[in-house]
Amino acid sequence: MSGIFDRILGRSAARGSGATAKDRLQFILVHDRINLPPERLQQMKAEILAVISKYVSVDSDNVDIALQQRERDSFIIAEIPFSQEVDSHDEARRRFSQQTSGAIPSDPDDDG
Amino acid sequence: MGAKGAKVITVTSGKGGVGKTTTTANLGIALARMGKKVVVIDADVGLRNLDIVMGLENRIVYDLVDIIEGRCNLRQAMIKHKQFPDLFLIPAAQTRDKTAVSPADMIQIADKLRPEFDFIVIDSPAGIERGFRNAVAPADEVLIVTNPEVSAVRDADRIIGLLEAYQKGPGKLILNRVKSEMVRKGEMLSADDVTDILAIKIIGIVPEDEQVIPASNSGIPVTLNENSRAGIAFSNIARRLCGEDVPFMQLNEGGGFLQKIARLFSGGQGE
Repeated sequence: MSGIFDRILGRSAARGSGATAKDRLQFILVHDRINLPPERLQQMKAEILAVISKYVSVDSDNVDIALQQRERDSFIIAEIPFSQEVDSHDEARRRFSQQTSGAIPSDPDDDG
Repeated sequence: MGAKGAKVITVTSGKGGVGKTTTTANLGIALARMGKKVVVIDADVGLRNLDIVMGLENRIVYDLVDIIEGRCNLRQAMIKHKQFPDLFLIPAAQTRDKTAVSPADMIQIADKLRPEFDFIVIDSPAGIERGFRNAVAPADEVLIVTNPEVSAVRDADRIIGLLEAYQKGPGKLILNRVKSEMVRKGEMLSADDVTDILAIKIIGIVPEDEQVIPASNSGIPVTLNENSRAGIAFSNIARRLCGEDVPFMQLNEGGGFLQKIARLFSGGQGE
């Protein structure tokens, strides 16, 4: 109902600078609150993905990692779909098991 | 007012020039006019201003730092308001800086005043350093003044974060200098926008009002002007501080017929 009046009064025809202000503030305050600039967040996202990709195959085109606010609390919300291709999944796992078996030092107690 | 007497309210903002001192002066006056016993304290040491906004600048003998350093007692530094005998001002020192006062000093002064008063209203300096910490140390409730502008809102958010860290938060918001015509055109953040962004309760929305500056010019806070919409908004905040449930007033009164009808349906900007 109010939409009709908005149109009569010329409101909401174009987004004013007030809406821009709100968008910009919401973006910057998310980063201010956790003291993590956008660039560092990008770096963190890349590292999270790298860690997960060591274990499973990830559909990297559809990854969504974002900061979110509920009231004044901040969250990091990650949606990371697995890749549908089973082959590449197995491949990733094999690659990882090779890496780890080489990396883990043998337990000295096992010797006896 | 409860076992420990006065409620201590600190008015702060982060950013300078958003209307802290005007708000403190007007809340002090409005509370006194409601019959409350009130003392307002200017905690902006080195940049004394509350005295001149309240029209009491010619009667200062002692100040906050004189109390702390023992050159006078509390009574001697309290200036009684001309019109309201239950309203007092403790002025800031003009020739010292914020390091002359500590948070513990402020708590001690507030505790000495509590038994005799209903409200102690403290005007905080801008910034997030020592002066701000002094001003909020004794607070039971913190009011954060901001304007509907990106820089002021960002600073308010920082203050809210610090208040939470000091266990004084989250505080309540006063949105000052709202231009309803610009909000209507979408060229200014609305009260709803700002409360969405900051996610704290709002206790007052004060419209831009050309009568505020003449009021400061003459040292008669605008809330004593019955025709001022900003003045009414400040009185409403004082009533809310006393626990009254006062609805937010409509900002854009006096618009055309269509605007009035539209407001009926859409719920216009608050007070």
